Amino acid sequence: MAQKESTFLSMTLTLFVVTLVAATILGFVHDLTKEDIALAKQKAQEKAIESVLPAFDSLGDAYKLLPEDGADSLEFFPAYDANQQLVGTAVKTYTKNGFSGFISIMAGLSPEGDITGYEVLEHKETPGLGSKMGAWFKDEAKPKQNILGKNPSTTKFQVSKDGGDVDAITASTITSRAFLDAVVRAYKTYQASAEDQTQASNHTSKGGQS
Amino acid sequence: MIMEYIIIIIAAIFVNNIVLNQFLGICPFLGVSKKISTAVGMTGAVTFVMVIATIVTYLIQVYILNPLSLQFLQTIFFILVIASLVQLVEIILKKVSPSLYQALGVFLPLITTNCAILGVAILTYQKEFNLMEGVVFAIANAIGFGLALVLFAGLREHLDLMNVPKGLKGTPIALIVAGILAMAFMGFSGLV
Amino acid sequence: MNQMQNFTKGFIKENPVFVLLLGMCPTLGVTSSAFNGLGMGLATTFVLVMSNLVISLVKNVIPSKVRIPSFIVIIAAFVTVVELTMQAYLPSLFESLGLFIPLIVVNCLVLGRAEAFASKNNLVSSLVDGLGMGLGFSFALTLLGAAREFLGSGKIFDIAIFPEDYGMLLFVLAPGAFIVLGYLIALINRLNKA
Repeated sequence: MAQKESTFLSMTLTLFVVTLVAATILGFVHDLTKEDIALAKQKAQEKAIESVLPAFDSLGDAYKLLPEDGADSLEFFPAYDANQQLVGTAVKTYTKNGFSGFISIMAGLSPEGDITGYEVLEHKETPGLGSKMGAWFKDEAKPKQNILGKNPSTTKFQVSKDGGDVDAITASTITSRAFLDAVVRAYKTYQASAEDQTQASNHTSKGGQS
Repeated sequence: MIMEYIIIIIAAIFVNNIVLNQFLGICPFLGVSKKISTAVGMTGAVTFVMVIATIVTYLIQVYILNPLSLQFLQTIFFILVIASLVQLVEIILKKVSPSLYQALGVFLPLITTNCAILGVAILTYQKEFNLMEGVVFAIANAIGFGLALVLFAGLREHLDLMNVPKGLKGTPIALIVAGILAMAFMGFSGLV
Repeated sequence: MNQMQNFTKGFIKENPVFVLLLGMCPTLGVTSSAFNGLGMGLATTFVLVMSNLVISLVKNVIPSKVRIPSFIVIIAAFVTVVELTMQAYLPSLFESLGLFIPLIVVNCLVLGRAEAFASKNNLVSSLVDGLGMGLGFSFALTLLGAAREFLGSGKIFDIAIFPEDYGMLLFVLAPGAFIVLGYLIALINRLNKA
């Protein structure tokens, strides 16, 4: 096996050339995939929005609002039908009270504040226990645990153990509490902003609200 | 402030133990855990490199890669930094403290491919820690690594004297014991 | 050694996971389902084949003292290619494999094959070796993932075999990874002896 002698110059030069070639190729691949990566991220978000809201025609400008009880703002995605009427708003909300900390949820709210759907975007809960929240709270066959179509102003969004109206996931009370915390945070922030802008039935004026 | 550090420390050592829960650094965990003394040596070397690597990679990420939006070169930069750091530490240690070099020397070359080091460096950035939190995180993870390694080495020393079914001798029984140890660590989950 | 043997050795006889005990971190970390195991295995196979290919081509121009760092850079470059491509076209798999994608760089299997095989053999042998070892690795990860998924939630590749309520959750969690791998290694040892 013929190998080159290791002199200082040859070593530096080889390493330099190898790194340079590698970096150039990567720059090229990066350019090639950049748009698709952004597209894939956007698609994932749009898919989540679509799945939590009733059928809509177009999405308005997204806006951010700070909840009253948290340091990070929530993202709002208003959706309109063909006549520019608001059909609902998807809210990217979060909680830090999960069994393993942070949980991110996309919640759908009708203009009146009814829950139209939800999708768990990110969580670290125990697989098979807390991770059941993705389906648990939208099981239409079990009205005591289903939150779809309910409004936090008329239904008490707390687990039954705490005197609320929603049944917690079996053996995962902490995750259930955290989940409801995130949904209620979305609802409250949405309601607070809706009161601020009662005149804003037209969505064009909404973008500047935050 | 202090509270945050304590949470990071407890989470890294017990709740999300780097070896038993995150599955990083499994190679040394299985490879150098036959005796407690080598396990302690390995832990020393890992702690040393992990803290320095976390600091250096953090600075590179924040002051070079982010401003130039070269985040996609993260993997290649980080691994180069770690590989050269390991070499550097080896050379310096040899000169400055021959006794320490003797204790840690044999473990140093193994560290480049210890995914715990690269893993912690990337996690520090992903979790958006600042430099101080990153250092605390690195130290806590090194302690977590050491704890798992020393506990496991202790168990394996006993295992040698046990009457193990023939088919399970060696690695299989070691892995099953590691599984039981991981089960014990699951008791910490939900702590923070 | 003929190429056929060179290719098949990675599956049982010199299986990187069950026999050589290389690349344990991703083996344990991502195998909570058969699909994740397969995805990780194929990503690693790509890196292994490409780096083996390049390294066997450039082995004669690289001075031996900077051999390892050069290999690492080459491997890291291919890992980043996988990382970017997966992020663009398979975002959900990218999410579930997470940190373990960049960590392919420090997978002892990849560097091990580069150093032990590709730097000493010609192009064709290195390619075949990379492919065989990579597929052997994928085979091991998929098997482990399928076993854990089956025991833990009663499914294989998301297809229900028995109702989920009977699953033993432990096997999807961290301890299950160690325990199932332990028994699989014992089984392969037995097969190799027979």
